[in-house]
Amino acid sequence: MGAKKGGSKGGGGGAEVAEEELARTPLQAIILADSFTTKFRPITLERPKVLLPLVNAPMIDYTLAWLESAGVEEVFVFCCAHSKQVIDYLDKSNWFDQPNFSVTTIESHNAISAGDALRLIYEQHVIRGDFILVSGDTVSNMSLSQALKEHKERRRKDSNAVMTMVIKQSKPSPITRQSRLGTEELFMVIDPETKQLLYYEDRADNLKGYLSLDKALLTDNTSISFQNDKQDCYIDICSPEVLSLFTDNFDYQHLRRDFVKGLLVDDIMGYKIYTHEIHSSYAARIDNYRSYDTISKDIIQRWTYPLVPDVHFFGNSATKLERQGMYRAPEIKQSHSSKIGPFTVIGTGTSIGNSTEISNSVIGEGCSIGSNVTIEGCYVWNNVTIEDGCKLKHSIVCDGVTMKYGATLEPGVVLSFKVVVGRNFLVPAYSKVSLLQQPLKQDSDEELEYADNSSGIMEVPSFSGTLDQLNEEEKTELPNSQEYEAISEGGQEEEWRHSVAPVPVDKLVEIMQITNEVDIANEDGALLPPSGELGPDSITNDSNEDAEDIRDDSIIFEREVEATFQRAVEEDVTEDHIILEVNSLRLSYNMTSADCAGALFYSVMKLALDAPHDSPNELYKNVVAAVRKWKKLLKYYLSSIDEEIEVILKFEEMCLESTREYSPLFVQILHHLYDQEIIQEEAILDWASEKEGAEESDKVFVKQSEKFIQWLKEASEEEDED
Amino acid sequence: MPDIEGLVNDFVAKLSKRKVEGSQATSRLTAELLRSVVSLQRLPPTNPAAVLIEAVRGIGVKLVAANPVELAVGNIVRRVLHIIREEDLSLLTSKTGDLDLSAASDDERTIEQDYDPTQSAAAAAAKSFVRPPSLHALLENMPDKAVPSNIYTSSSGGDSEEKSKADKLARTRKLKHDVIEAINMLIEDIDTCHELIAEQAVEHIHQNEVILTLGSSRTAFEFFCAAKEKKRSFRVVVAEGAPRYQGHALAKELVSRGLQTTVVTDSAVFAMISRVNMVIVGVHAVMANGGVIAPVGMNMVALAAQKHAVPFVVVAGIHKLCPSYPHNPEVCLNDMRSPAELLEFGRLFGVDSGAPLQVVNPGFDYVAPELVSLLITDIGGHNPSYMYRLISDYYSADDFDLQRRIHK
Repeated sequence: MGAKKGGSKGGGGGAEVAEEELARTPLQAIILADSFTTKFRPITLERPKVLLPLVNAPMIDYTLAWLESAGVEEVFVFCCAHSKQVIDYLDKSNWFDQPNFSVTTIESHNAISAGDALRLIYEQHVIRGDFILVSGDTVSNMSLSQALKEHKERRRKDSNAVMTMVIKQSKPSPITRQSRLGTEELFMVIDPETKQLLYYEDRADNLKGYLSLDKALLTDNTSISFQNDKQDCYIDICSPEVLSLFTDNFDYQHLRRDFVKGLLVDDIMGYKIYTHEIHSSYAARIDNYRSYDTISKDIIQRWTYPLVPDVHFFGNSATKLERQGMYRAPEIKQSHSSKIGPFTVIGTGTSIGNSTEISNSVIGEGCSIGSNVTIEGCYVWNNVTIEDGCKLKHSIVCDGVTMKYGATLEPGVVLSFKVVVGRNFLVPAYSKVSLLQQPLKQDSDEELEYADNSSGIMEVPSFSGTLDQLNEEEKTELPNSQEYEAISEGGQEEEWRHSVAPVPVDKLVEIMQITNEVDIANEDGALLPPSGELGPDSITNDSNEDAEDIRDDSIIFEREVEATFQRAVEEDVTEDHIILEVNSLRLSYNMTSADCAGALFYSVMKLALDAPHDSPNELYKNVVAAVRKWKKLLKYYLSSIDEEIEVILKFEEMCLESTREYSPLFVQILHHLYDQEIIQEEAILDWASEKEGAEESDKVFVKQSEKFIQWLKEASEEEDED
Repeated sequence: MPDIEGLVNDFVAKLSKRKVEGSQATSRLTAELLRSVVSLQRLPPTNPAAVLIEAVRGIGVKLVAANPVELAVGNIVRRVLHIIREEDLSLLTSKTGDLDLSAASDDERTIEQDYDPTQSAAAAAAKSFVRPPSLHALLENMPDKAVPSNIYTSSSGGDSEEKSKADKLARTRKLKHDVIEAINMLIEDIDTCHELIAEQAVEHIHQNEVILTLGSSRTAFEFFCAAKEKKRSFRVVVAEGAPRYQGHALAKELVSRGLQTTVVTDSAVFAMISRVNMVIVGVHAVMANGGVIAPVGMNMVALAAQKHAVPFVVVAGIHKLCPSYPHNPEVCLNDMRSPAELLEFGRLFGVDSGAPLQVVNPGFDYVAPELVSLLITDIGGHNPSYMYRLISDYYSADDFDLQRRIHK
C-alpha cells in the first residue's frame, strides 16, 4: 500500500509553495449530482434524485443557490445517472448563464461511486485550489467564509490538513438510535483543541454495541472528546490533494467509509481531517425519505432562510407566506369550505375541492384535488389528480399520479410517476409503487441509479389505459405483480426507519420494551449517561458469547503455539524467532504472557513425551534434556510469580488429563524445574497454599509434593534465620 | 456596454437573495440602476416621457417583486417616475414659455389645457398638478425650470417643419439629460440624508437628557454623534434588539465615540422609560399615514413611551417614506426570518418529539401614527399627520400602484 501512495506527496509538496497564489484562485465547488445509492428507489429509476422537488423546487436549486450566495464562483456538476435530464434542467433553468457564477457539467456513465467521480474530475485538471465538495441534495444556508478561513489557516501551518468536514449538533433518538434525518447514529472522536477528527464511525449497528478505539488515540492526544450527538452535513472543504488521494487509492469508493476512515485508520502520509461545527446556520443532506420529510418541514419552518418558498431564490415560483406557516401561490382555486392547515405549501394552478382538509403537506403545481379529501403530512408533486374522498397520510405522490375515488394511502407509501390507484383501493403502509420493474436486487447498496439499468426494466406504456377498463370490473387497480412492488416482510422490518412517515408509536414502544428488558438484566446499562450509551441492548448476550469466545480462543491459541514450537524444533529455529512468533500469536489472540508460558511449557513437555522412552526414568531424562534445551525460552515468559504458578497449574492439568504418563513424575519434574530456576520456591509455595482450600481430588499432586514443599518451607525459614 | 436586462437581472438576483440589505444601500443602488436604465433607454422623438415611464415602471415591478419587504425599492422607483413626469412637464412649460415667460403655477394649468391632448404623458403629468403644488416643490423645481426655459427661448423662433423635428429631438435629449441630472440629485440626497438629519440633532437633544433607542440604526447613530460633537452631554440607553442584538454593536460604537451608554434588555424598556426624556429610533419605513415599520420590539417601546408621555421620535431619510398605507394588500409588512436567530437548531430537536415546536421570528413591528410624536427627515421635523403632504411632494398619484398600470 505504501508505495502506491508515494506519488501524491510529491504533488502536495510542490503545491505548498504555490499555496499563497492558490488562495487567489476563484472558489470552486464540486457537486455530485448522483448519490450513488438506491435509497430513493423507485422514484430515482425515472428521475435523478437531485431533480426531485423539495418544497416545489428541485433539490439541486437549493444547493446551487446556497453555493452562489456563499461566494463560490465556479461549480462543477458531476452528472452520472440520468445525466441528460440534469443537464437539460440546468440548461433550461438558466443556471449556466449566471453572472459571476459559472456552472460546468462533467458527464460520465461509468462512474459507480463518489470515488470514481472524483478520480474522473482529477483527470480533467479543472480543480486548481481548495474546493467545496457537496452532493446535489444538500440544503444549507451556512456561510462558508469562516470555515474556509479556518481551513486555509490550518493549511498554512500544516500542509497535511487536507479536509475540513462541516458538522452540526443533532442528538440521535435514544430509542431508535437514529438522527432526525434518519441516518444512523454517528460516533466521532474529535480533539477539542485542534478540532481534528480522530475517529469516525457511522455504522454503529455493525459493532454490536461496542466501539473499539485505538489506544494510540489516548496516548497521542492530551484530550479527546467522544461525540455521538453530531450530524455530518456532508459539506467538505477539500484541498486538491484529496482528488489525488482518490486517484492513488483506486479502491476508495465511498467518501466516508473508504476515504475518511482510510485516512484516519491507515494514517496515509500523515494527512489530517478537521471538523468545523456550525451552530446557528442550517445544513443537512437528503439521504433518505425520512430526511426528505424532515428537511421539507425545516424549510417550511424557515430554518433555511433565505432559501424558503416565499423568497424567490431561484426559479421557484413566488408564494406568499400567510399565518401559521401557510404558503399559497397566487393562482390557486380553493373552495371556501376547504381547510388548509398550518405548515402547508400549495403550488400554482392547483385547485382544491369542497371540505378538503390539508395539513403539514406540500402540494405541487397544477394538481387537482377533489372534495372530502384528507391530506396529512404528504408530499404531492406536480400535476397530480386526487379524486373525491381520497385519504393520504405521510406519503410521497410523484408527478402525474391519479388517485381514483376513495383511494387510501397508508403512512409511508411512495407512489412513483404516473401510477394510477383504483377506486377505493387501499395501498398498504410502506409500499412503493412504480410502473417500472425493479432492477434485480444487488447486494451492495452502492449500486447506481442508472437509466441504463432499465434494460431489465419492463415498461408498460398502456398501463393507465388498461387500468380504466379493469377498474370497471374489479376494484383494485394494481393487478400486475410486476408493477406493484409491495415491500417484503423482511424489508418492512427496517422500512419504518427511513420512511417518510413518522416512526409509528407501536414501534417505539416495541423498541423501548426491548431496551428496558435489557436494562433490567444489565444494571450498568441503566446507569450509563445518554452519551455513553453504546447500545446496552446487546451487552448481556455478548458477555456470554465472549466467555465462550475466550475459551475457544485459548484452545486454538495453545494449538497454534504448539504447532509453532514443533515446527521450530523440526526446522531448528532460534529461540528469538520463536519468541517473535509466539508474541505475534499472543497479540492476535489477545492473550497474556502467562498464557504463553503455559502453552510453551505444554509444548516442551509434549516434545519430551514424544521422544522415545520406555520407563518413567527415561521420560524424566527426556524432560531434563528438553528443559535444558528450551530453558531460555521458558524463562523469557516467566517474568513473574503469576506466570510460574500458571506453569505449575498447567503441569498439574496435564498430569490429570492429557498426559497421564507424567503423574508419577510430578514431584521429580517440579524439583528439577526448581533446580533449574525455572520455577521459584515462592511460586510453588503460593501454588500449594492456593490449593489448600481445594477439593480432595484436586489435591493429589499437592499431597504428592508435600515433602518437597515441606523442605522448601524449611529451607526458606533457614534462610530467614541466617 | 452593459445591457439593461443584464443589469436589472443582476440587481434582482441580489435583492431576492437578500444580498443587499439596509434601506439606504438599497435605495442608492436602485437609483443608480434606474439612472443607467434611463441613460440606456432609446427614446422615440414623439412622446419620450411615456416610453421612459413605461420602461422604468416595468423594471420597478420586477425589483419590487424581488424583495417586497424592502419598501425603499418601490419608493425610489416612484421617485424616479415622479422625476420623469416633472421634467417632462417642465420642458413642456418651458416650450410654451416663450409665449408666457412667467412660469407661475396657476398659469401652468391653463397651458396644459391648451396643449395637444394626444400627448398622454403630459396629460398624465398634468394630473399631478390638479392639486396645488407645495411651496417646497416650487422652490425645488425653480432652478430646473430656469435652465431649459433659457435654452428654448433662444432656440425657438423658426416655424419650419424641420426646425420642429430637430426641436423634438433636442427636447428628447434634453429630457434624458434632465432626468439623469435629477436622479443624480436624488442619489446625492440619499447619500447626504444622514448628515441632513444629524444637523438637526442639537435642536432635539438637550443637555443631560437620557435618550433611549432600540436596535441599531445608522441614522440614529449619526444623530447622536452630531449632538455629541456639538458638546451636548447626554446619556444613551440602548435596548439590545433581540434576536439580532444589533443594539450591542451600536452601544460599542457609541462608547467608542465617547458617549455615555447603557445597554438594557428589550424587556427592561418599560422599567427604564420613566427615567428617559426622549426615545429616538431609526426605522425600516415610514408609511403614508405616519405609522412606521420598525425592527421588532419597537411597538413595545412606543407603547411604553406613550404610557409615560415620553416623546417617541423617529429619524428617517426621505427615501424611507412610502406612499402606501399599511392596510394596502400589496404592502408586505413583515419578513419572517429564520428561527435559528432565536434558537440554536441542533439543541432543540429530538427525533421523536410529538407536536413540532413552532418558532416564529418576525423581522418588523408596525407602530401606529398615534404613538409617533415626531418624524425627523432630511427636510426637517414633521408631525406624522403631515406625511401625506410630503408624499404628494415626492410622488405622483399615478405611480402609487406600480402593478396595476403594467396590466393595462
